[in-house]
Amino acid sequence: MAIREAEPVGSLKEVKEAGLDREDLLGIYRNMLITRGVEERGHILYRQGKIPGSFYTGRGNEASAVGVATAMGPDDVGTPLHRDMGVHITRGVEPWRIFAQYMGRADGPTKGRDGNVHMADSNLGLIAMVSHLPAMLPVAVGCALAFRIREENRVAVGWYGEGASARGDAHEAMNLAGVRQLPVVFVCDNNQWAYSTPTHLEYACEHLADRAQAYGFDGVVVDGTDVLAVYREAKSAIEKARAGGGPTLIESLTLRMEGHAVHDDAFYVPKEMFEEWAKNDPIERFRTWLQEHAELTGDEEDEITAGVKKLMNDALSKAEESPQPEPSKLAEGVYATPEDLDTPHHK
Amino acid sequence: MAEKTYLQAISDGLREEMRRDKRVFVIGEDVGVYGGAFKVTLGFQEEFGSWRVIDAPLSETAIVGGCTGAAMMGMRPVAEMQFADFISCAWDHLVTVAAKQRWRAGTPVPITVRLPSGGGFSGGPFHSQNPESSFAHIPGLKVICPATPEDAKGLLATAIQDPNPCLYFEHKHLYRRIKAEVPDERYETPFGKARVQREGDDLTVITWGAMVYTADEAAQQLDADGVSVEILDLRTLQPWDKQAVLASARKTSKVLVLHEDTHTGGFGGEIAATISEEAFEDLDAPVKRITAPDTPVPFSPPLEKAFIPQVDDVVAGLRELAEY
Repeated sequence: MAIREAEPVGSLKEVKEAGLDREDLLGIYRNMLITRGVEERGHILYRQGKIPGSFYTGRGNEASAVGVATAMGPDDVGTPLHRDMGVHITRGVEPWRIFAQYMGRADGPTKGRDGNVHMADSNLGLIAMVSHLPAMLPVAVGCALAFRIREENRVAVGWYGEGASARGDAHEAMNLAGVRQLPVVFVCDNNQWAYSTPTHLEYACEHLADRAQAYGFDGVVVDGTDVLAVYREAKSAIEKARAGGGPTLIESLTLRMEGHAVHDDAFYVPKEMFEEWAKNDPIERFRTWLQEHAELTGDEEDEITAGVKKLMNDALSKAEESPQPEPSKLAEGVYATPEDLDTPHHK
Repeated sequence: MAEKTYLQAISDGLREEMRRDKRVFVIGEDVGVYGGAFKVTLGFQEEFGSWRVIDAPLSETAIVGGCTGAAMMGMRPVAEMQFADFISCAWDHLVTVAAKQRWRAGTPVPITVRLPSGGGFSGGPFHSQNPESSFAHIPGLKVICPATPEDAKGLLATAIQDPNPCLYFEHKHLYRRIKAEVPDERYETPFGKARVQREGDDLTVITWGAMVYTADEAAQQLDADGVSVEILDLRTLQPWDKQAVLASARKTSKVLVLHEDTHTGGFGGEIAATISEEAFEDLDAPVKRITAPDTPVPFSPPLEKAFIPQVDDVVAGLRELAEY
């Protein structure tokens, strides 16, 4: 069992070996732009007073989320958290439904019953997160257990953060996954700040990926601003799990580029830290890479940017038309009926 | 029909569901090779293999959380808590994840958690509790408390097939003490339908689990005095059979609510409140509660006897109510 620090991805040749063609690369770039676009527009909606409660973004985590989700197969499932908007986008959630969710409208995936990124479309293989973040790891392990019992070639991906790593759920999930060598990949979005708490107050090992060894599987640290490196590591971990090789822990290192939520100005994060990490903005970085290695032209870039802008505008208009949820329906669906089991997973 | 212990009825019911439904699997501590701390799953691993009868690490959080994930992927997991008391370690997964997932995200979580509960044999504070009311308070969970071998089998089948998270409290003091006829064929006992343990006209006892038998012994003593006691066994607390309770309250006009759980916030309070809201005019006496006191469950036999409602306590309570 080895803990590695992943090499950055350099050339188009390496990327092709990892299974991506040029169209895929442009798709990844587009998904990263949509991810950021959704969160930037969400921020504006919040300032306009259209989003109740608080508002959270994953700025700085776009490469990590999109990179992992791109590596997942169509029948794989995952439990993305609140910095992982890119997973929802990559799996195909329509942005207008996310805006409706933000605003608590009837067409959001939770129909106004829950807010923020507390949502998922189970038809896209995603499971809605709870606020008790590491609680989603045993759920991901349970999905993998179902796949193992039925001997299906599917993989579950469970996300958590370095803050969540301190909770017992993370330990129990990884221990069970290790003992049973289940087809699950753990992705730790280490964005270095759990609300205001820095890493040295969350864990005392050098890397969180070091813990993989203790659970009997591989761990790898990857630069979470390098979408192609994230993709390569996730792909390799997912395919290993699919082939019966057991779990992997991927620690994806980023910096949370905004406060914990919109109310938080992150005064506790040293200014130099933001400046340093801003040089590695995942989207800027990938754009440069595409220009240097994949001949991304100005026209192509403009076309993608304009497409994303239109998508955002249309999505916002459509979401604004979505009605408020009906209070008289509040008590509906507390309990499931047998008809509710008519889902892709229960057939 | 064959006479079976309560424990055998649970075991038979579970085995039958596993035979007919490949989605059902069992996971828990020592449930495989050892057959479970109380031997409910004895011989299961030989029949169903180690991937359907899964010996889990000592990880209640991962067991219940894992069941939630597997259920979302179409399985019908049955988790065993070695003792109901240990469910505290999986609270988050029941209350935060499983209970709310259908309502907020549209995802049903059909899991069954078996919870060997209750006192009566010096299990002490951590092996004797009856935490059913804590979970009956949580929207989205179902709470099942069988009292008879027949119900133990039928309610387990219903729980496993129900599309919701079901907490199945099996009272340890009934495991080998209670024997009764159990139908051989498969059947599902409906949730939310109380069972009349004993018909009567003068007083009503509303109870569930092991207290059904305590109430029955007490009722026999009252019967000798010419006081006729009706006993309703609720069978399930979420949903609970409000109509049957109100009908019996209206019939006898005097109601005693009896449970082994502690007093404050116990489910008896909910029953008493409902009767006072909806059948106040029919009552001839205030609804009376007999419960364990508000303390942890004690270890030493004389202390435990003072904690768990005894037949004599119920007899005294019923006489008081009769004389009111």
